[in-house]
Amino acid sequence: MLRLESLVKRYKTGDHALKGVDLEVPKGQVLALIGPSGAGKSTLIRCINRLVEPTSGAVYLSDVNVAAVSSGELRRLRRRMGMIFQEYALVERLTVMENVLSGRLGYVGFWRSWFRKFPPDDVAEAFRLLDRVGLMHMADKRADELSGGQRQRVGIARALIQNPDLLLVDEPTASLDPKTSRQIMRLICELCAERGLAAIINIHDVMLAQMFGQRIVGLQLGEIVYDGPPNGLTSEVLTRIYGEEDWEATIETVEEEEEDEVAEAGAAV
Amino acid sequence: MPVLEQNGRPVWKRRTTPQQWGRWLAWLVGIAIVAYSWHLISEKTIWFFVADAGTQAADMAERMVPPKWSYMEELWLPVWDTINIATLGTLIAVVLAFPIAFCAASNTSPHPLVRSVALFIIVSSRSINSLIWALMLVAIIGPGVFAGVIAIGLRSIGFCAKLLYEAIEEIDPTQVEAITATGASGTQRLAYGIVPQILPAFAGIAVFRWDINIRESTVLGLVGAGGIGLQLSSSINSLAWTQVSLILLVILATVAVSEWVSAKVRHAII
Repeated sequence: MLRLESLVKRYKTGDHALKGVDLEVPKGQVLALIGPSGAGKSTLIRCINRLVEPTSGAVYLSDVNVAAVSSGELRRLRRRMGMIFQEYALVERLTVMENVLSGRLGYVGFWRSWFRKFPPDDVAEAFRLLDRVGLMHMADKRADELSGGQRQRVGIARALIQNPDLLLVDEPTASLDPKTSRQIMRLICELCAERGLAAIINIHDVMLAQMFGQRIVGLQLGEIVYDGPPNGLTSEVLTRIYGEEDWEATIETVEEEEEDEVAEAGAAV
Repeated sequence: MPVLEQNGRPVWKRRTTPQQWGRWLAWLVGIAIVAYSWHLISEKTIWFFVADAGTQAADMAERMVPPKWSYMEELWLPVWDTINIATLGTLIAVVLAFPIAFCAASNTSPHPLVRSVALFIIVSSRSINSLIWALMLVAIIGPGVFAGVIAIGLRSIGFCAKLLYEAIEEIDPTQVEAITATGASGTQRLAYGIVPQILPAFAGIAVFRWDINIRESTVLGLVGAGGIGLQLSSSINSLAWTQVSLILLVILATVAVSEWVSAKVRHAII
């Protein structure tokens, strides 16, 4: 569904952020991208929808090279890629509803969007999504009145109303507390499963990556150094991604939590 | 290097000795220039006139009281004109400043060439005082309120556009990024990503400029561009000091009211 071929990004400052990344993401797969700060995680997902222009290489979204299309075609391709941001990136002074509907901007002409005359189907879908993320009662609130977790839910609704095939998720939990982080990650993964969406989730929390990712890719200095299942993250692999550190605690906690979850699930059944 | 070593121990001083001497020298030169300039001014002043300034001021104040209240009937219309000049001028300026600001802001400008033109418009509008604009416009389109409106408008474009483009350059770029990522067009990016962010600044600037323009339009009449300045100039010329004092009071009241209104409006917006 998504295929990156020797993707390179070199910034004007000389930073070599991506050094020829090859990656293939099949339909419906939730991929967690981990790596230390500055490894190029944000650059990688921004190169996919060209918020950052790749220096060379190709990004195939169902066999169309995103990196090579004109700006008009790029707009149409961006509609198929929903993006969720670290600091939510909601338009603070617009209402929740306007923020969600802004996900339809790629489909609606300028004057309709200026006068907020979105098609009734879009508005109905916005209500459905707000209901799904549990914010129906907040539709008329201004975005800056919401808490962090609520804002991120609006961000998720905005990405989903695009009706995308792929979600690009950039550190969705970096500004959230541990409990909210898990709720948000769970919500994203549930929605991906419901709609059969592929997702690339940048995340620096290894535990969350292991809990929610179906596949883990480790990026270090612009190169993929690990690509495999969550339980393949051994102490040795984490050292390869992040560098020397005592990783035993991290790995153990995750295993315990997984056991807890299994136990909870068992109890529920 | 403020950290020095004395007797084997590090010592910290705010400045090194040469820096300290440099500062003393700079102060010395500065004071010498002030003293010399004072000397020049003093030579060209006729101290005989300055000596009785107190008596003159008291004399004028005496001739100014009591204000000629009956003159008020003739002032209502000029006051109304003055307010209209300020309001319409501000309106014109704000409408024109909006696109100019987008062309001048480095993050929204369509082309560097367009940006230089926009910046040139801003600088030229700002560098000419509204009284001078009015002087020229009275010559071009004749005396009256219209010349005043245009003068205020031309002078304010630069001010509004400059503050607005600074606000545009300070927006949060991730909000624009998020709108871009949805597949929005360039104009939609402006409408959804940028305009909501600068709207409070925009309203604040407009009201602030209106407040300034009320004050500026009170003097436009001096050069024949309408408003209460016309009455002020003719009263001064005919030495009708009781009328002058009334006009000054009226201007004071108008400015006070406009400041109050603008403070209220800005408070409500932000």
